[in-house]
Amino acid sequence: MVTLIEKTDSDLPDDVCDALARACEREPEGTVARETLRIILESAALSRNSVLPICQDTGSILAIVRAEPTKRVFDIERALREGLRHLTKKGMLRQNCVDPLTGENTGDNLGEHVPQIHFIPTPAPATVSLMLKGGGSENMSAQYSLPDSGLDAGRDLDGVRRCILDALFRAQGKGCAPGIVGVCIGGDRASGYLLAKEMLFRRLDEPNPVHDLELLEERVVEEANGLGIGPMGLGGRSTLLGARIGLAGRHPACFFVTVAYSCWATRRMTAELDEEGRIARWL
Amino acid sequence: MAVKKITSPLSPDVSRGLRTGDAVLLSGRVVTARDQVHKYLAAGGDSPVDLKGLVVYHCGPVAIQENGIWVVRAAGPTTSMREEPYEAKVIRDHRPGAIMGKGGMGDATRDALRTEGCAYLHLTGGAASYIARTIVSVEEVYLTGFGQPEAMWVLQVEDLPALVTMDSRGDSLHRKIENSSWKVLKQILKNPFP
Repeated sequence: MVTLIEKTDSDLPDDVCDALARACEREPEGTVARETLRIILESAALSRNSVLPICQDTGSILAIVRAEPTKRVFDIERALREGLRHLTKKGMLRQNCVDPLTGENTGDNLGEHVPQIHFIPTPAPATVSLMLKGGGSENMSAQYSLPDSGLDAGRDLDGVRRCILDALFRAQGKGCAPGIVGVCIGGDRASGYLLAKEMLFRRLDEPNPVHDLELLEERVVEEANGLGIGPMGLGGRSTLLGARIGLAGRHPACFFVTVAYSCWATRRMTAELDEEGRIARWL
Repeated sequence: MAVKKITSPLSPDVSRGLRTGDAVLLSGRVVTARDQVHKYLAAGGDSPVDLKGLVVYHCGPVAIQENGIWVVRAAGPTTSMREEPYEAKVIRDHRPGAIMGKGGMGDATRDALRTEGCAYLHLTGGAASYIARTIVSVEEVYLTGFGQPEAMWVLQVEDLPALVTMDSRGDSLHRKIENSSWKVLKQILKNPFP
């Protein structure tokens, strides 16, 4: 589990790197946007090669465990917690868990409801999906309840589009653009945020299985990049690397659109485990 | 892009002369201050370091001690806007040479930059390894009671690349981009999906 956390922390996924490299190519020579993306790519390569944290904000930890409901699940949970403690001590993870009442840092990335571990009973083999998501981008995530008269957003895909563009406009460079948005249409207040985050596990180069959503994803990316916000909000053509939109059943009275904003340093990995709990392969 | 080399502590003339859009290479002494330190200073707490002319950096580094020496492993900027409630007072009380972070700051800070002749330097968020490489040493760490990320780290940096995005004349690249992107957004929304 230490390997999974360390790799997630230091090795930016190849599809995200590819999208950043393409974004860099799109920006004209000599611009702040191109130089910013060049620094981003160089820093990511340095982190991968030297096994260093990609960002000093090593995020809050979300783990989604898919395994058969046996006692082994407890072993996975224990290994995750021990891995976090070990890597915090080693300087691979920043001390990112603070008691909201006393303001004291727990010092080991463990605390009340931290890390977040979700268990989904699934037939073997077991997989663990890990996301380290920084606080700056998390602050830019937003949830909308449609209809929203301020945005002129109704209960349809155009309304969803208006919500996503509003979230991106409000974020400007504060979430470390060019980012990726995971979006959940439907669900309730709680499931919306979780599912929107889960959308960020989907690779950027895989098509959306729902054709209408794929069209919406393409439209939003094109329009977001036209806003001119650019890398780090300093201007340019690259504001959004990708949009990943999913659905959840909704209550007839509710129509939530939840936008999980993730920075360019979208750190997520999924590993399949063997019978002994070791990493069998990367997914 | 022509690059200006500057060294912290910055003289009042250098701070005042920085212009939005200037690319700089920063060397010298940089002091980190995040939410807790800003809140503390704005409430009138004593600064363990005289901040006059220094660069105040919005950053919570990842650092470990190796044989008694602090080594910074990752040290990118955090979102500066969280310090907006405190920054103007910190600038007026402590007269730093520049504020450094990411994402830009609001009107209160912009006014303080103007009246105190200060500037805002922008770094590439997330480029933590790249930036850490420009940190040559940790001089001292103060206010550790706030926790490691929130403590006040006194760092020596060399040739750290930054962009001036707010200056002593009241210019703000962030304000400019926000205004222009708002105009585009209003146009875009005239064509519905699909």
